Amino acid sequence: MDDVAQTTEFGKVLLIGICGTLLVLFTLWLGKLIAPAKPSKEKLSTYECGEEPQGTAWIQFNARFYLIALVFLLFDVEMVFIFPWATVFGQPSLLAMDNRWGVFTLLEMFTFIGILLIGLVYVWKNGDLEWIKPKPQKPTVSVNIPASAYDKLNKEVHIVKSGGVL
Amino acid sequence: MELAFIIEKFALVILIFVVTLVIAMYSTLAERKVAGFMQDRYGPDRAGPFGMLQPLCDGGKFFFKEEIIPAGAHKALFILGPTIAIITACISSAVIPWGRDLTIAGRVVPLQVADINVGILYVFGVVALGVYGIMLGGWASNNKFSLMGAVRAASQSISYEIAMGLSIIAMLMVTQTLSLREIVEQQAGFNWNIWVQPLGFLIFCTCAFAECNRVPFDLPECETELIGGYHTEYSSMKLGLYMFSEYINMFVSSAVMVTLYFGGYNFPFIDSLGLSPNLLAILGMVIFFLKIFAFIFFFMWIRWTLPRFRYDQLMNLGWKMLIPLSIANIVLTGVITIVKDTFF
Repeated sequence: MDDVAQTTEFGKVLLIGICGTLLVLFTLWLGKLIAPAKPSKEKLSTYECGEEPQGTAWIQFNARFYLIALVFLLFDVEMVFIFPWATVFGQPSLLAMDNRWGVFTLLEMFTFIGILLIGLVYVWKNGDLEWIKPKPQKPTVSVNIPASAYDKLNKEVHIVKSGGVL
Repeated sequence: MELAFIIEKFALVILIFVVTLVIAMYSTLAERKVAGFMQDRYGPDRAGPFGMLQPLCDGGKFFFKEEIIPAGAHKALFILGPTIAIITACISSAVIPWGRDLTIAGRVVPLQVADINVGILYVFGVVALGVYGIMLGGWASNNKFSLMGAVRAASQSISYEIAMGLSIIAMLMVTQTLSLREIVEQQAGFNWNIWVQPLGFLIFCTCAFAECNRVPFDLPECETELIGGYHTEYSSMKLGLYMFSEYINMFVSSAVMVTLYFGGYNFPFIDSLGLSPNLLAILGMVIFFLKIFAFIFFFMWIRWTLPRFRYDQLMNLGWKMLIPLSIANIVLTGVITIVKDTFF
């Protein structure tokens, strides 16, 4: 397909984008038109489960998210390089020209993916993919009932009649 | 360019728009009906017969509710967030081929808005843009829960994008084209890509769930931890836009999965029926939508079957399971292709 044809194809994409924008503008406008607006101090305060909001939310967050974004960037760029390869790999016309084409391109890509894999292993071993795991803590209560009594209670089996009317 | 051409394209765009919105609307009803069915209750059944008018009522209510923008929020970005979310959701459907070409009064009308030669890359790119909507909205709310939801959404979707891209690459090695129309045409009859790329499909499907923020990957908005996640502070129509974009995303990703792996509008014995091309095009489109509905049902089924992941489990699944698996899938596909070419 030549470039001119593709330009018109993207023109149609623009058309659908314009439709989407119009839809959003229309709904927001309609909402503004018919929805009531009675703001008060309490309504406009930040929701924090009914407590008074404490400070701003624009604070530093866990740096791990940043790390993930960095690693993603590297992988994504590498992936963009593989896309054109995937379309020419194993193409019958190119294979017919030289039968070494298939093996050659495959080995070439193995080198490339190998480097990608080394990157993944490095990040993995470095612990950059680890997240802080929650440590379950068993609550301890000081009562005079021995723990074995609870175990006995837990092992008790109750037979529930099935097919009953609820 | 003649006028008739522009009118035809405009009509097609409007039609696809309306169909997308109606399906997204009725997905909300279907979700609640399916939930009701799975939990042995009726679901909404008051508004109209079988609750058919429920989505209209919900939509109306969104309009009539007061819009609240918190005093501490960044106002411009607060409005921009849901806007980006819904626009990216809508334009991702532009490259999906809905059916074969129709011939109306001597004119060939393709049932596809734009046949871009990098179709699948386009979908991939637009889906990646969608995360900006969530990230901006969550950050602009100036609410701690929203911020957490937004950050989670961003890192979740970028993590699963890699595995998704790698699984697409393995499929491209088989199809050797990026145009969605050509990919569908190659799957004529029963030569669906699912038979040659089963592992790739599994990876793609999992990533699609993660990209749509559907259960079990709905950590950006998990109610039990983050109240409403990134849309905690949103109300009225802006909340509606977020909800809507989620359902549109679900519809479009079902359509993409069907297009890539389940033959799109093809079905077995399509050419041995002996029907006229126009009738076949319409029949193909109906089949395509049936396949999409099956996938939407699958999305809902999963929602009521699997519990939500913990965040470290989610990241481990993405980075330590899906990425190595999809790389293995590429290697496997390459070796099999070469062996087949060389020895058979």
